[in-house]
Amino acid sequence: MITTNPSLQKEKQSRNDLNEMLQETSALTWRLFIQLIRRPSTLFAGILQPLIWLLLFAALFSKAPIDFLPGGSSYGEFLGAGLIVFTAFSGALNAGLPLMFDREFGFLNRLLVAPLSSRSSIVISSVIYITSISLLQSFAIMATSALLGYGLPSLGGLFLIAITLLLLVFAITGLSLGLAFVLPGHIELIAIIFIANLPVLFASTALAPISFMPEWLGWIASINPLTFAIEPIRMAYQNSVDLNAVLINAPYGEVNGYSCLAILLILTVGLFFLIRPLLNRKLA
Amino acid sequence: MFFIQLRDLFKSYGPVKALNGLNLEVPKGSLYGLLGPNGAGKSTALRIICTLLEPDSGDVEVAGRNALLEEKETRRRLGYVAQDVAIDKILTGRELLQLQGDLYHLDKKYKKKRIEELIQRLEMHEWIDRRCGSFSGGMKRRLDLASGLLHEPELLILDEPTVGLDIESRSVIWGLLKELRNNETTILLSSHYLEEVDELADEMAIIDKGKVIASGKPDDLKKELGGDRVTLRVREFSNEVEAESVRKLIKNINGVSNVVVNQQQGYSLNFLVQNNDVLSKLSGHLSKENFEVFALSHSRPSLDDVYLQATGKTLMDAELELAGKRDFKLENKNSMR
Repeated sequence: MITTNPSLQKEKQSRNDLNEMLQETSALTWRLFIQLIRRPSTLFAGILQPLIWLLLFAALFSKAPIDFLPGGSSYGEFLGAGLIVFTAFSGALNAGLPLMFDREFGFLNRLLVAPLSSRSSIVISSVIYITSISLLQSFAIMATSALLGYGLPSLGGLFLIAITLLLLVFAITGLSLGLAFVLPGHIELIAIIFIANLPVLFASTALAPISFMPEWLGWIASINPLTFAIEPIRMAYQNSVDLNAVLINAPYGEVNGYSCLAILLILTVGLFFLIRPLLNRKLA
Repeated sequence: MFFIQLRDLFKSYGPVKALNGLNLEVPKGSLYGLLGPNGAGKSTALRIICTLLEPDSGDVEVAGRNALLEEKETRRRLGYVAQDVAIDKILTGRELLQLQGDLYHLDKKYKKKRIEELIQRLEMHEWIDRRCGSFSGGMKRRLDLASGLLHEPELLILDEPTVGLDIESRSVIWGLLKELRNNETTILLSSHYLEEVDELADEMAIIDKGKVIASGKPDDLKKELGGDRVTLRVREFSNEVEAESVRKLIKNINGVSNVVVNQQQGYSLNFLVQNNDVLSKLSGHLSKENFEVFALSHSRPSLDDVYLQATGKTLMDAELELAGKRDFKLENKNSMR
């Protein structure tokens, strides 16, 4: 039967577009997961590295003075939140690598010559993949730290952790995908990942509270996006999910839980608008 | 009716002019060959038709539509087999085809049926379930061709499809292309293999320095040369002055035409003769002027002769000349999105 009603046709077309987009996005995401299943070393390394950190750093600072940490928690408890965020951050920072390899080896051209319903599918599949992996790795850290006796957050806390990680992962994945299109090759991208990874960790509250840092480092840590993700998660581990509570005593003032999440949201949206024209141009 | 029409296409990469006013008309249902040395602009033209690249100026029509404006519609109609085979080494051949089917939004049943058909037709059944990373060049190329054909495109674009392939793979691919041509699929094929274009193409164009310098049916182009091709060398290593003297001498002989000095081949002379009698006359004229004949070859005209006639050099010489000038780093950069 031929549909003559223009609004019905339009609706049918948009439904087709949606189905097509779902088909291509799920196929592209599945491809990334097949790669992971057949080359699981990156997944294991992503989990193993923070676990080693958890064990070594927790042991290293186990005899730190009792007033060193806020709330009298053990260093292992303190460190857990930092490593969860660091794991998600590292994973998201690597998000651009598969795309960069697709650019370099010409596979991206195969995708671009196909009549994709929307070329956003290429980016969306990367975001879905990296988000899943980052969450998986983070939950592996949480499970290990629970086994080490550093406790588990409540259900509300888990929800808060998931929201916080999602915001951070979206933001950093967007940044990494943007870099994958701007930089000339994977060597440059890997160099940036190397340069950014550890300094960003050390210049956050992942390993030590702001009060323990020199003033200049305290300033950097207070504007570091990782800090805004770490502190809500640290709060979730203390089983008191109160977003009105002050989480960061920054040199410029106090920052509560809502503000931390709002800053992460602004960062995510800001980065999205920043890289969107670039992605539109590169994927046009 | 033309399935592809390119008008006044210009494209530069920095100071390098890849296309310099390219005009091309590809009839519907034909197998059209683009012949030219590497770096002549063939791949750039194909990438523009495939919507992977935008020209600096010019018009591109595919199936009567403006391909520069109606990109998605153009993509639906074409299958593209790139020069550098881009496959995911981790996936198996079958998984790659399944992915390709999803990118073209094929129905699940149809996708499965079509994949099986192509596996059989391209003789891939023995290795299709192995990971692509273990494939030889020929296997990869066959898989790539299957990917390009999966959605039964009206237009198949192949960029140097048999470069570096073993005889078996080349034969399978040639067989399939001949079959597709008979099924009314329009095929645009670029190659720097003369025999490939000669064997397969219904029509062809020779591209040099980013524009078409000759076009038509291969046999017509050869016939247009008007006789048999002769290559003459008066010494093993002649020089420009001597070659020019010989050229002046023989161009006036009745029945000799299109005399070209081929600098790259030791200042040999290439020309056409109407019949064998002309060759006897030629020997007489040369000995009268004290020129010896170091080497003389006589053959039916080939596409290389067509190329030589149009450019003053053989395709091989053009390849060698361009090879030294190409900036592969820049080319790689340009091929990346």
